[in-house]
Amino acid sequence: MQYQNLFTRVQAVGPVHDGVALGPQNSARDIKPFLVHLFGRLGNAQIGPFYLGTLGLISIVTGTLSINIMGFYMLASVGWDPIEFIRQLPWLALEPPSPKYGLSFPPMNEGGWWMFASGLLLVSVLSWWLRTYRRARELGMGTHIAWAFAAAIWLFLVLGLFRPILMGSWSEGVPYGIFPHLDWTAAFSLRYGNLFYNPFHALSIVFLYGSVLLFAMHGATILAVTRYGGDREIDQIIDRGTASERAALFWRWTMGWNATMESIHRWAWWFAVLCPLAGGIGILLSGTVVDNWYLWAVKHGVAPSYPAVLGTVVDPATLQGVKP
Amino acid sequence: MSAIRPSSIAGWFGIAALVLLAGCERPPVETTQLGFRGTAMQQTDNPRILAAQRASLPPVPPDTPALPPGMPGPKAKDVYQNVQVLGDLPVADFVRHMNAITQWVSPEQGCGYCHNLANLAEDSKYTKVVARKMLEMTRNVNANWTQHVADTGVTCYTCHRGKPVPDEVWFKAAVPKANTQPMLGNDFGQNKAVGSVATTSLPYDPFSAYLTDVQEIRVYTKEPLPQKGTDRATIQAAEQTYSLMMHFSQGLGVNCTYCHNSQAFSEWFPRKATAWHGIRMVREANNDYIVPLTSTFPADRLGPTGDVAKVYCATCHQGVNKPLAGMQMAKHYPGLQGEPKATVPSASGAVAAVAAPVAGR
Repeated sequence: MQYQNLFTRVQAVGPVHDGVALGPQNSARDIKPFLVHLFGRLGNAQIGPFYLGTLGLISIVTGTLSINIMGFYMLASVGWDPIEFIRQLPWLALEPPSPKYGLSFPPMNEGGWWMFASGLLLVSVLSWWLRTYRRARELGMGTHIAWAFAAAIWLFLVLGLFRPILMGSWSEGVPYGIFPHLDWTAAFSLRYGNLFYNPFHALSIVFLYGSVLLFAMHGATILAVTRYGGDREIDQIIDRGTASERAALFWRWTMGWNATMESIHRWAWWFAVLCPLAGGIGILLSGTVVDNWYLWAVKHGVAPSYPAVLGTVVDPATLQGVKP
Repeated sequence: MSAIRPSSIAGWFGIAALVLLAGCERPPVETTQLGFRGTAMQQTDNPRILAAQRASLPPVPPDTPALPPGMPGPKAKDVYQNVQVLGDLPVADFVRHMNAITQWVSPEQGCGYCHNLANLAEDSKYTKVVARKMLEMTRNVNANWTQHVADTGVTCYTCHRGKPVPDEVWFKAAVPKANTQPMLGNDFGQNKAVGSVATTSLPYDPFSAYLTDVQEIRVYTKEPLPQKGTDRATIQAAEQTYSLMMHFSQGLGVNCTYCHNSQAFSEWFPRKATAWHGIRMVREANNDYIVPLTSTFPADRLGPTGDVAKVYCATCHQGVNKPLAGMQMAKHYPGLQGEPKATVPSASGAVAAVAAPVAGR
């Protein structure tokens, strides 16, 4: 029976082909399709064909250049010592320019490479976005994937382009590095009075955790009804069978209401997309519109005030006669 | 087709759990509430690790009993020459102080670490000049910084712990060569795996800006909305502050919530105010007492940029929120109290060969 299920662990081996015919003005596809058994254990066993095209080529070349700028800059920052490069890799970074340069182009060793790497990364990401749009259209698909990717690009653009411009300084950008970007995030929250009081940050977390929850619920539901044909979930949108009925009944029994085979995918898509959309708004407002989210929350009755159980302490800097 | 057996899944989970837990410390964990409930203001300690820490401390030299105040007898400055700070002490008490300082700072090296044993009065050894300045610094801390040291005060032992150079001192970090080159590799003084910032990639010299120079620590604003025309702190300034706070946390063995309510780091609490005064105390100790000694020290005692070893939180605290668990040593030593300079330096300048009758070491 297992091979009749779309979610089978059985690997069907047979002739592989390139898929649908390409329309005019497409470049040739690369990589003759072939099968790899191990890949088949996690996903599809078939590798290829791969469509590179002009946009793919631009994206890969600019992306590789950008990553190389970051990598060689990090290598230079440890005196071109490959052992130190590997030992300290999580700590190393390509930092944005110093605040004193504002929106002007800084000297190369004071953030100039960050500007180049960011510009190249921007070209790379945008051309990859165009590529997802054009490939989807070529296959006659909707462009849902491209728009979901655009939501992530929105957050990326807010962090590295829109917000620095609104703040008037490239130094507001994020460093490229593993620990450094995390330290930047923590410092960002401290600087703007605790990001947890930023309602868009809160919404972003709702959609993040919500996405995880929906993903688990949906994945589990479909796996649980594949024995009744629930693996053909898209068929069941228009031709509801017993799998759909049982899955829906399960959720009505347990929580009184259920999504449908169609709507659950919209739920998941919107939750995922709203996570970076809301987060990006929250970042964009920090420093431009709101400077201290905690005080903003106090002002609007969001943050509670706690009794001073340790006694009232005034800021010592406001006392007379203290040393600076 | 064989499915994965549940027992092997459980095995892998077990191994993964062990690997993940390897980085944790073994219980018990004790939590002390330090602020209003719900604000997470608490100190987390492991009594087993604390006990081991205390056991590893060297035994504190026993205090010699203080002499009764107003004890008759000649003063040190009338008997010995070149006694510039402790001259008002009676001779017996002066000798008791000298012995205690030897035990605190140079128990192995003895009096000869600072003194020319043929002429105890002369200033030929640099260590004696430094020790005199350090006595003034100690008196200044005990007299003028009670907002930080309270009535516990400090002695030489608070920092030295039986070693001529305290374990915990800081130097300015050397500027990497790549930072001054035209093309690339500038690390902006951060993003390195060094101990000073506790495995973060924050700025690795947070000390110069705050503990010798006067840089503002507070980076938040006091208004909810941006104020036009004000000089607002950058993210980079926030990282600098954060980096200094990593040292506070490491140096005192405490969490952020020891002093702060982490919902709003800007709020004031008693321990935060104590730390505020501590920063200024350390800054004064460095700028008024230690940095002026730079040319007194031999080159091999100086740091990579030729600066003198300076103090920070860990110099006294050494990983404990109250140095030496709050032991009150200073009160037994009147020579460590009072204004920094008790005796006007003798104008004679001539150092006569007077062998002071110092018993023992």
